[in-house]
Amino acid sequence: MTVLLSVLGGLGLFFLIGSAARAGLHAAAPSRHKPTFRDMPLTASFGLAVILFYVVLACLAPVIAPYGESEVVGAQYLPWAAPHYLGTDKLGRDMLTRLIYGARNTVGIAFATTALAFVVGSVLGIWAALMGGRLDQWLSRFVDALMAIPALIFSLLLLTIFGTSVMTLILVIAAVDATRVYRLARSVAQGIVVMDYIEAARLRGEGMWRLIRREILPNAMAPLAAEFGLRFCFVFLAISALSFLGLGIKPPTADWGSMVRENATLITFGDITPLLPAGAIALLTVAVNFVVDWQLHRASGLKE
Amino acid sequence: MEEPALLTIRGLRIEGRSGDEWHPIVKGMDLTLRRGEVLGLIGESGAGKSTLGLAAMGFARDGCRISGGTIDFDGIDLRSAPESRRRGLRGKRIAYVAQSAAASFNPAHKLIDQYCESPVVHGVMPRDRAEADAVELYRRMRLPNPEEIGFRYPHQVSGGQLQRAMTAMAMACRPDLIIFDEPTTALDVTTQIEVLAAIRDIVRQFGTAAIYITHDLAVVAQMADRIKVLLRGEEVEEAETRGMLAAPREEYTRSLWAVRSFARAERPPATGTPVVSVRDVTAGYGAVDVLTDVSFDIHAGRTVAVVGESGSGKSTTARVITGLLPPRKGEVLFNGKPLPSGFKARSRDELRQCQMIYQMADTALNPKLRLRELIGRPAEMYLGLKGKALETRIRDLLALIELEPGKFIDRLPGELSGGQKQRIGIARALAAEPQLIICDEVTSALDQIVQEGILKLLDRLQVELSLAYMFITHDLATVKAIADEVVVMQHGVVVERGRKAALFADPKEDYTKLLLSSVPEMDPDWLNRLLAERSGSGPQA
Repeated sequence: MTVLLSVLGGLGLFFLIGSAARAGLHAAAPSRHKPTFRDMPLTASFGLAVILFYVVLACLAPVIAPYGESEVVGAQYLPWAAPHYLGTDKLGRDMLTRLIYGARNTVGIAFATTALAFVVGSVLGIWAALMGGRLDQWLSRFVDALMAIPALIFSLLLLTIFGTSVMTLILVIAAVDATRVYRLARSVAQGIVVMDYIEAARLRGEGMWRLIRREILPNAMAPLAAEFGLRFCFVFLAISALSFLGLGIKPPTADWGSMVRENATLITFGDITPLLPAGAIALLTVAVNFVVDWQLHRASGLKE
Repeated sequence: MEEPALLTIRGLRIEGRSGDEWHPIVKGMDLTLRRGEVLGLIGESGAGKSTLGLAAMGFARDGCRISGGTIDFDGIDLRSAPESRRRGLRGKRIAYVAQSAAASFNPAHKLIDQYCESPVVHGVMPRDRAEADAVELYRRMRLPNPEEIGFRYPHQVSGGQLQRAMTAMAMACRPDLIIFDEPTTALDVTTQIEVLAAIRDIVRQFGTAAIYITHDLAVVAQMADRIKVLLRGEEVEEAETRGMLAAPREEYTRSLWAVRSFARAERPPATGTPVVSVRDVTAGYGAVDVLTDVSFDIHAGRTVAVVGESGSGKSTTARVITGLLPPRKGEVLFNGKPLPSGFKARSRDELRQCQMIYQMADTALNPKLRLRELIGRPAEMYLGLKGKALETRIRDLLALIELEPGKFIDRLPGELSGGQKQRIGIARALAAEPQLIICDEVTSALDQIVQEGILKLLDRLQVELSLAYMFITHDLATVKAIADEVVVMQHGVVVERGRKAALFADPKEDYTKLLLSSVPEMDPDWLNRLLAERSGSGPQA
């Protein structure tokens, strides 16, 4: 009975948030873009609403959160009751506060990492496809060699060499992910560079940067966007895996991945608190993919 | 005695969906086809020819629905029959031959395996009999090596052979009705004749009824007993072939006829330094020479048509001139000065002077850029136009190609029709203010009325801007319409060149004669006569 009710409640909430967000976006959008938001599916508006919510949380974390990020406020593992609405963790820190700060750290790092991986990977991949010949061979074989090393071991190695600041963490995971993006971008671009309009642009005497940016990238956007949605979620996993091994985000910084692990023992007592950060990751993942799917649908012109 | 009709379509309505709305594609069509009769469906693209052809199988494409009327095939109501029943008919009693055999065959299976699929699945005959039957039909379709050709993969045979193999495949179950959807449109004239003759013979031998869809009047005149003219989903007129050719009733039908007659007079021979002069060019890919000692000149304000069948080196010549393929020997002079052989070594001004218009406007225009940028970019790059001046220039160019600037400037290529896209290709070439424009089969993907519009536009621009055109084509009707000089190519060699009128009136070389005689004419007896002549004068084609 409770299961049924919560499923129904969840669906109701989904529709409510979705339609409210759609109405809101439609009202707020400049008139040129109004049709875009009018036709958007409920999943996409729900996804956008969730993402916006996370962004607001991340930006305003110090204002919203009731306590400090690593402030010990009470006994450990307190139950859900005021003033600690979601209880406390194993060191007695406020769970709600940690969740809010986690949005800032985890999402921020994951986004920076994925964005960096995509910029580097897709530009290099398209460049290789465009130039072909020896440059393509060198770059691609080099990337193949990097990809042959298991990702986790490779990141561990690099982090041990360069130290474990947040910056190196971003750079290392981005470098590992960029190899995957490079592969995809190159194969997509290889299909595009043989088109007549690329030949026309070359004959016009266009430079390399313009060819990549204006002629190829817009046409390679659909598969790259889909991959972005997927990669973004994998980065969470990579960060939590590294945190678990002690090389990721260092305590006491709040991070959803580590929060699941730290409080995992509670599960055995039937307490669902450790699932909250996991749920936060899951919700964001679903939201991002809803939006990506919608963009993909629009980009591929599958309007029917 | 009147034979009962094989296919009767009454009041057929088909709708297509765009967004949330349904709009009509076929608006109440009647059609009657008797056994053994060939009906030609003709009209420009978007007239609903293919949709109607597919509806004769009780099929509607994705995003389309049959919304009214009846389709009766030999006493079976195809609209109300269950899907399993219709599937039983398709391939067995109704067959379909698509426009592009190359795209319709599965490249991973041998021809004969694909041939046998339908008779075996429908339980008409076992595999070994089907194979023997395939060889027999291949022979009747006059394919070379009928015993052996079935064991090749689709990429190992030529386009014309593939189209014949596909027709043989359609014949596999000896259907009562075959639908041919533009089966020869993608082939060049010399190959087209063989395919047409083979199709016509086999349809007659087996007494199969056929619906022949095409936009080429001359072709339909050879094939069909009756012709039905369509326009925007409605019937314009229907009559016996000879009757319609002799005396079309409707204005629209007459306009279809008139397209073929567009031709401008040859301009007087030009003097002075030619804009482009190709000198003894030998070029090729890898170890193979595609071109051998090719030479010709193009003067300002004149059009040189380069003709020949596919693989004769026409497009390769264009690639040499644009610098995409540096020649092994020989050179290209521009206004008397030699051009660097590779395009990377050419100056921006040299690149500007020579522009190209492509065959497939779909792949030649970046689908993600708006027309403003597509047309504006060359002007911005070469002429340094910016802001207001650029905007004005783009609007002028759009007006020049007869598209309303205010309406089109912010559109994407996907929002244009085929003919409009080709006009954008022309505008992009003009934006660079070149002296030479290379037109690579620019009209061959368009239907005839649109073709005529493009040719007239090119001709007008040539007079206004004194442009030199190099016109690559395999369609001799286009050559007749627009050329001053003709260069005939075969196997990478210039076989014959000369003034248009002289060449058409009195071709010197055998190959030129063959090419000229292969152009379909409106006379319904033309194919018979030609085949009789050719078999009389020995094996030529």
